[in-house]
Amino acid sequence: MNSITIDALNLYYRELNFKIKEAVRKEGIKKVIIKNARGQRFIGTGLKEKDVEIIIESGVPGNDLAMFMDGPTVKVFGNAQDGVGNTMNNGKVFIHGDAGDVICYGMRNGKIFIKGNVGYRVGIHMKEYKDMIPSIVVGGKAGDFFGEYMAGGIGVVLGLNNDDKPIVGRYCATGMHGGVIYIRTEKVPTYLGKEVKVFELNESDKEKLKSLIEEFCQEFKEYKAEDILKSRFIKLIPVSKRPYGRLYSPGNHFPLPEENYFSNKKIDIEKKYY
Amino acid sequence: MYEHNKAKEETELFLNNYFRVIKAEEIPTKQIPEIKSSPLHYRYFIEIVDNKKTGSLSLLTEEDYVVNRVVYINKNIEGAFVVSSGKNFGAFKGVGFPEDISKFFMLENYKAYAWTAHNRFPTNTPGWWGGAHPFTLLDFSIVHNGELSSYGINKRYVEMFGYECTMLTDTEVVAYLVDLLVRKHGLPFKTVCDIFSPPTWDVIQNMEDIKLKEYYKTLRIVYGSALLNGPFAFIIGFNGGLIGLSDRIKLRPLVVVESGNTVYLSSEESSVLEVCDKIDRVYHPEAGEPVFIFYNDYKGE
Repeated sequence: MNSITIDALNLYYRELNFKIKEAVRKEGIKKVIIKNARGQRFIGTGLKEKDVEIIIESGVPGNDLAMFMDGPTVKVFGNAQDGVGNTMNNGKVFIHGDAGDVICYGMRNGKIFIKGNVGYRVGIHMKEYKDMIPSIVVGGKAGDFFGEYMAGGIGVVLGLNNDDKPIVGRYCATGMHGGVIYIRTEKVPTYLGKEVKVFELNESDKEKLKSLIEEFCQEFKEYKAEDILKSRFIKLIPVSKRPYGRLYSPGNHFPLPEENYFSNKKIDIEKKYY
Repeated sequence: MYEHNKAKEETELFLNNYFRVIKAEEIPTKQIPEIKSSPLHYRYFIEIVDNKKTGSLSLLTEEDYVVNRVVYINKNIEGAFVVSSGKNFGAFKGVGFPEDISKFFMLENYKAYAWTAHNRFPTNTPGWWGGAHPFTLLDFSIVHNGELSSYGINKRYVEMFGYECTMLTDTEVVAYLVDLLVRKHGLPFKTVCDIFSPPTWDVIQNMEDIKLKEYYKTLRIVYGSALLNGPFAFIIGFNGGLIGLSDRIKLRPLVVVESGNTVYLSSEESSVLEVCDKIDRVYHPEAGEPVFIFYNDYKGE
């Protein structure tokens, strides 16, 4: 397999991303290995080549890793920062460490697997359309606002590490109106979004979850899929497709007064005072 | 920092009036092509003389005396700004890329226990030499990522205690709030952080620990005007160490990296890698969770 290794030390993000694109598009390279990543933003942005692999061997990639990516696979052997998979269109991301805030913001399709913890607002505004169903699997714990305003896709939190944090933070699934969240827990998280209800998993849920967890364990070998699947999961799905529909469409929220309501009132006031 | 010679003359007259100036010198700088123009930088080592003529110290603490003069210079002497007014403490501000500012002030000649560095991209307020971070008062400094939506409330609050916001940037107000709450009101840093980033009311309402509930309720009622709203993550530097704090819903990132005896606080983990070869531990504080890094011999709280 033809591969290239890029030492990213002292490389500006534009230079690095240009090199990656040149290698993939002009030289047809299938495997790009990046050493010494130093926070270069947008690695893998907009790449459409499905069989390309980008491997971040050492260092920490910058924000918006795999943003708008449409096919390749990205693997990070370490931690990632904020905004991984921002509006990602397809492909896979594996992070062998923790990731920061706002992971898979507005993601459209593809899969993101994170071995460790994630920060706040992960899965915000994920969406789905027909067979384009994005998914994220978090091996550790998630911060507040997990799945906030989620409009589609699948979010899974496994909580496999032993720190004393709750498996998901506060306000999980607030404003959620599509998609599904699976959490490996016995008890319902506190401050759950008002827009969701908690359910047991049915057969089709279990099937979806099984295939995602198997893929997770294939990459992160210290975990066994059958062990994880033995645990109890809860399912969160929204009770309304349009929780804020009434808030923003005129006439539905507070019934607007009739036009002459004001004019009548005005006359009344005038009568009173003059 | 002087914008012109007249400001220097006026300030020196003022300083000689109110302090005994032990040493006055130009801050060493190196002219480099990247920095096209710069204001004048002078530093003064001063002593306070208890003297009826200059305003009696018996009514004021030494710190209050200095703060009052700093506020006076910043507000009343046109073109003069106090960039740093602490002991064993210095601040370097400028307009330019960080590496160029570091060359300009020849930072390689300075040694310190703790450093904070900041690269500002001015968005809402002007980019000028005084508007660069850190913002300081006495031994407190602050560098800040984000913005303060509560600036107006905070500014009005500190103005009631004699501070003046003169640097045209929101972050400045935090330096004055820290001075007010820590030095004048005598609050521990943990409480100050709880005032800046308190839990939301619904969280307070559901607290089981009655004492804790009352504590947060009291802070929010008494120090409501010192609450910081909007996205922020900042590092407060003081003579006992560094403190990191983010807003209560974590709209800005903050990461703690340990390496041997050194602790790094940063917005991005990758930036620590740039200056540190061996990372022992990476920790992501929660929203509003303060991070205290005290020197080994620091006795305070």
